[in-house]
Amino acid sequence: MAEIHLKGLAHSYSSNPKSSADYAIHEMEHVWHQGGAYALLGPSGCGKSTLLNIISGLIKPSHGSVLFDGVEVNEVTTQDRNIAQVFQFPVIYDSMTVYDNLAFPLRNMKIDKDKIDSKVKEVANTLDLTDILQRKASNLSADAKQKISMGRGLVRDDVSAILFDEPLTVIDPNLKWKLRRQLKQIHERYNITMVYVTHDQLEASTFADKIALMYQGKIVQFGTPRELFENPNHTFVGYFIGSPGMNFLSVEKHQSEGSVQFSFDGITLPLEANQRALLSNSSSKNLKVGIRPEFIQLSAIEHPDSLPCQVIHTEDLGTYKIVTVLMGQQELKIRLGEEQQSPLKTAYATFPSQWMKIYIDEYLVATESGDTRDE
Amino acid sequence: MNKVQNNKAWWLVLPVFLLVAFSAVIPLMTVVNYSVQDIFDQNNAYFVGLEWYQEVLSDPRLQDSLARQFMYSGTVLLIEVPLGICVALMMPTRGWTASLSLIVLALPLLIPWNVVGTIWQIFARSDIGLLGYVINNLGIDYNYTSNSVDAWATVLLMDVWHWTSLIALLCYSGLRAIPDAYYQAARIDRASSWAIFRFIQLPKLQGVLIIGVLLRFMDSFMIYTEPFVLTGGGPGNSTTFLSQTLTKMAIGQFDIGPAAAFSIIYFLIVLLVSWLFFTTITHLDKDKVKEQSHD
Repeated sequence: MAEIHLKGLAHSYSSNPKSSADYAIHEMEHVWHQGGAYALLGPSGCGKSTLLNIISGLIKPSHGSVLFDGVEVNEVTTQDRNIAQVFQFPVIYDSMTVYDNLAFPLRNMKIDKDKIDSKVKEVANTLDLTDILQRKASNLSADAKQKISMGRGLVRDDVSAILFDEPLTVIDPNLKWKLRRQLKQIHERYNITMVYVTHDQLEASTFADKIALMYQGKIVQFGTPRELFENPNHTFVGYFIGSPGMNFLSVEKHQSEGSVQFSFDGITLPLEANQRALLSNSSSKNLKVGIRPEFIQLSAIEHPDSLPCQVIHTEDLGTYKIVTVLMGQQELKIRLGEEQQSPLKTAYATFPSQWMKIYIDEYLVATESGDTRDE
Repeated sequence: MNKVQNNKAWWLVLPVFLLVAFSAVIPLMTVVNYSVQDIFDQNNAYFVGLEWYQEVLSDPRLQDSLARQFMYSGTVLLIEVPLGICVALMMPTRGWTASLSLIVLALPLLIPWNVVGTIWQIFARSDIGLLGYVINNLGIDYNYTSNSVDAWATVLLMDVWHWTSLIALLCYSGLRAIPDAYYQAARIDRASSWAIFRFIQLPKLQGVLIIGVLLRFMDSFMIYTEPFVLTGGGPGNSTTFLSQTLTKMAIGQFDIGPAAAFSIIYFLIVLLVSWLFFTTITHLDKDKVKEQSHD
């Protein structure tokens, strides 16, 4: 059982890093608490696997340190870290039976036979592997093999954390949710810290209590799936989370009727006074307003504060529709419920001000005390 | 179900059939033909049935060389396979040393058989050869031309020098094909180096080792040139292996009938032993398939 603290951690694969581009992981400060179910989410190549391998000790970080329960483990080998890791492709010992595979880590620790037997059977039971315990592991299906890989982590009593590196990549879609649910159950039962690397936001949000979103070697946001959805604190989070991602409008300052207003392509956004104040106080030219496709209301009739737009096309995805509209020169995505009719040509969009988020230099600027940047 | 049979497809197999017929079946049948006849001249050939086979099988010369041959091939495999695996495990995996070791290992494989024989014939001579000279100066009486144990050791050493590279290179490629995740998982499971070898590397090498063992068995079982150049089969008959006995019979004495029968027996032994090797090594896989079909 352990709390994993990444302290001033950074990593570069080059021996002599010069620019920030040489770093796979930028300096970060992060804590995975004991017993949490975490997801490490991000696009390919953002450094999430590197980070995972640093925690398990397969890679030695070039800067900073990894602490387990406050003890630095940089120099501790993988073998002695009490970490289990499940890889993208199932790793099983081909020549052994399922039973021997599960017993393997315990046998390496020279634990006595009876204890091994009871532990293996318990884990096999949790993972629904009991029926195939005596089978050769090499001829099983990918999901059974992946369960064996997980099982080898679970049999050990001393495991303080299980790290998953995109473990469901090779699993059939209809089995994915089943395995994910099993993982969840295991987490509740064993109270082990679990870190789950994925590039799939659905996988991340169904598995994890808290998601760390990684982008270009940094954890840009760490929060619950809801926080990431409602208050993305970086434009990348807004773009990456949600389907489709957040709409971003680059705005410019101008004077109109004695007050400062913000507009794009000559269209003035109906922002609240405090939102306008935030934007006016910034000296940056990189000003953006973001709004989720879910929160834009679309109507065929003009309302007060609504803005006219042209419907380009509508995609009906069964349970919801995605409408693409053109406002000024800007394309916006709007998500409508199944029952809502999409206007055919000219439409009017309303932007509720509480869902309009202000981004200066790509980072969210909080408007109220409730919105905080999770750093 | 209505299955349409198109027998024209057989014509497409014909070229392969002809090729195999001319390259393998017809020459083999010629040998079979010789082996069941006693031929005096072009017009006097008598069918003798299995007589030649009986004669050859009860010939002590053949029995001796067959025993020697099995001992030789067995020893070759027992030395070269473990040694080749060890070499492959110790080879560097990246950088210029990796390329260098690959080149160095490949060198013996590029040398023609009779040249290998000549190299060792001189290298191991006790008067002018470096190896023979050094061994004798260490106080060991070594002379492969007069002592049959020395001759054996030299022929074996020569084969090990010539062919261990093959096993090593095959294993090296097999080892490189193992994904890193296996080693990482083993580290996480706290496997010892021996366990990593036993449960990851060795099972993953099974495929290349089957090829390696079969190639080395067949090659060593048919060895001719090197001992012929090195010792001429001597001293006495101590390094006379099957193929040399056969050549003496067929060309030296022109006993075509017995030699043909011998060839057939020789061929069948190679075939049988190779088949035995193959089925034993792949035995486990077959079991697995059966097991699966039960479910």
